[in-house]
Amino acid sequence: MHLAQLNVARLRAPIDSPTLAEFVANLEPINKLSDAAPGFVWRLKESEEDPTLTVRHDYGDDLLINFSVWESRETLWNFVYKSRHLEFLRRRREWFRHMAEPYTVMWWIPQGVIPTLAEGMERLARLREHGPTPHAFTFRDFYEPAEVAGEATATPRHISSWVPSPQTT
Amino acid sequence: MSPEDLDALASLHDPVRRSLYELVSAAGEIGRAQAAEAVGISRTLAAFHLDRLVEAGLLESGFKSPARKGPGSGRPAKVYRRAKAERVVSLPPRDYGELAAVLAEVVEALGADERAEEAARRAGERLGRRRRGEPVTDVLRARGYEPYAEGESVRLRNCPFHALAERHPVLVCSMNLALCRGLLEGLGQDPEAAVMDPRPGECCVALSKTNEN
Repeated sequence: MHLAQLNVARLRAPIDSPTLAEFVANLEPINKLSDAAPGFVWRLKESEEDPTLTVRHDYGDDLLINFSVWESRETLWNFVYKSRHLEFLRRRREWFRHMAEPYTVMWWIPQGVIPTLAEGMERLARLREHGPTPHAFTFRDFYEPAEVAGEATATPRHISSWVPSPQTT
Repeated sequence: MSPEDLDALASLHDPVRRSLYELVSAAGEIGRAQAAEAVGISRTLAAFHLDRLVEAGLLESGFKSPARKGPGSGRPAKVYRRAKAERVVSLPPRDYGELAAVLAEVVEALGADERAEEAARRAGERLGRRRRGEPVTDVLRARGYEPYAEGESVRLRNCPFHALAERHPVLVCSMNLALCRGLLEGLGQDPEAAVMDPRPGECCVALSKTNEN
């Protein structure tokens, strides 16, 4: 099983404004770090050519979306909190509004399958409504894949042209 | 505090065992022969004490495959590292961790991270001022950070707030950075020498070497 994670953030100002300039300038190095991190599997990208483009979606212009798949809790944790990425989390208030409700959700998926953004948003809504469950959980209230046994994954899309990214180690 | 905690700590009463425990902690991972040599005792005696520390739950042991494979390369070497489990002994019984976790949750709910960082900075400054003139590594060591030199910087092997940082990583690591910066300021050194530079299994803060003067 692989671990899917979706997190959303509310922008303080439009993505092309001076307030967000430093954040946007760091998208490329941080995404590179993520893609080269041990255990990285897949990440939703707006463009293969322009690394500064953020994911376009129908959930509101001020909502920034980060959607990725990892081999394990540990590999995702090490990228999020144990790499240079942490410095950007620390500074998140400069760019994003405080959210009182959960803004990140995780769930297990079969290997070789990528979930859709709509499914991720549904799981986030489920987490916000019902709290953590084996189908929608967080780092703090984490579920192992065994605990999800029997769950039917919502219409997964199979990746036919999926190529693993090069690993640094 | 459980009877096991007390027994575990009691096993450190033996000075040889204590030096072995400190050696393993500082080395990260070490074999019997190396440990025996560093402490100046026989390999058999080192093995005895190291295994007692494993029984007490203070160390963990594992096997490291020899670098050379195939016939004649020998058995995998037994290595020791510090156990992940935390031991806390407090008399009379105290539990500050639980309350700290509740407060951290409140800070997050209120989005009051910046206020928490400011408070941590002031706390660090107070701690630093009390030890003005002392080398920063000594002060950090006394606070449990276990500093060690790496190239031009000083890294911190241990996170004194580990359990809390596992639950609230961004808040706790940000407060820790602020505390370290305050500490440097209180000591009369450049606070910006403390930077966020996390690595798996270590503290999230590192110090640039300029700070050592």
